[in-house]
Amino acid sequence: MKPAPFDYLRANTTQDALDALAQHGEDARVLAGGQSLMAVLNMRLAQPQLLVDISRTGELDTIRVERDGFLAVGAAVTQGSVEWRATLRDEVPLLALAFPHISHFQIRNRGTVCGSVAHADPSAELPLVLTALGGDVTLRSHRRVRTVAASDFFQGMLMTAREPDELVESVRFPLKKPGERFGFAECSARHGDFAMVACAAVVTDDAIRIAVGGVADRPVAERWPRLAGDDLRGALNDLSWKLGAQDDAHISATYRRHLVRQLGWRVIEEAK
Amino acid sequence: MNDGLCRRDGRQRIALTLNGRERSGFCEPRDLLSDFLRHELGATGTHVGCEHGVCGACTVQIDGVAARSCLMLAVQADGRRVDTVEGLADGDALSDLQQAFQRHHALQCGFCTAGILMSCADWLRRVPDPSEDEVREMLSGHLCRCTGYTPIVAAVLDVAARRRHAVAATERADA
Repeated sequence: MKPAPFDYLRANTTQDALDALAQHGEDARVLAGGQSLMAVLNMRLAQPQLLVDISRTGELDTIRVERDGFLAVGAAVTQGSVEWRATLRDEVPLLALAFPHISHFQIRNRGTVCGSVAHADPSAELPLVLTALGGDVTLRSHRRVRTVAASDFFQGMLMTAREPDELVESVRFPLKKPGERFGFAECSARHGDFAMVACAAVVTDDAIRIAVGGVADRPVAERWPRLAGDDLRGALNDLSWKLGAQDDAHISATYRRHLVRQLGWRVIEEAK
Repeated sequence: MNDGLCRRDGRQRIALTLNGRERSGFCEPRDLLSDFLRHELGATGTHVGCEHGVCGACTVQIDGVAARSCLMLAVQADGRRVDTVEGLADGDALSDLQQAFQRHHALQCGFCTAGILMSCADWLRRVPDPSEDEVREMLSGHLCRCTGYTPIVAAVLDVAARRRHAVAATERADA
């Protein structure tokens, strides 16, 4: 339960990190909060040659409200510092609803928002929120800077559009627009455990957007008209089958579909 | 430690402020902060359980913020303030939080206690008037196999109430 040996680079600037990623590519791993990566290293499930530590890279530790309607969170920003932001409930209410479900207070204090997005666990809450809101991810390398929509960024279990020389520099959550209302719910074995199923909803006067995590190999979002009653139950049932739920050691595919129908209903009703 | 690259087989000297005192020691890049505290600095009050962030036994404070010392490298603590359970008491006088744990029998074997105390000390500064649900949610980041948590919850609520009363009494005296 100790990591295998690796070289360690403390990146003082974004440029330091990009230089290292350009040189070492897949042999390097970015260490931000380390709340997933360090556990993986301790169990030796990953044995990178080089860790590029960005946790103290000041220029990546920034939260900005952008004029075009986004909350932009830099790569070194901890989940805790977003969660305890006094204005979060007005800016991105869905994030405020989701944070209490993300692991524990002690983990959120150090875990980063971008790190969770880059890790791309299909049951993780932050990729789900980013997908539900239609946010995006900014990737920077020596070669280019590009912005990728959440729906294109998440490509499978722990798989993303990030190239080996790219750094997830920031993620952007759309700010709440007038008339939008939100719901979030998840089911896990114990509080703070990985979600069996998690659902997020954004409801306006004429539309419903629902996103589901923990079932498919990535978070999945759908946009519906403002359904109600049996129409809504039917749509949720269709969605529950479409996600390709599978049996695993903890719960059955049948129960996962049940949770999609139940939690989906709950978050949409909560948001209406 | 010099900024920049540390080679895997190189031993780095790092310096940190442990419970208010400047301390330094040597580590390899892969050494965990939890092991550095215990083995290099001899601060064995911090306990090590699962080593993947689940049990909470190794929780310390980094610059005043509760975090797992098993999910942090020792080199990352260079130049920072680290507080552990050894720093809570003032000499032989237990802190109010420790006294509350004693009053409520909030520990039996004590293995998880150091981490829980360090979490509570940070959290109560931010949430001075918590509900029982909030306390239980915060404690969900710690595993205790002895107490069943009920006395721990009681201790945390008790110390929070006493601190609020103390503040109220001070404000009345000032008025």
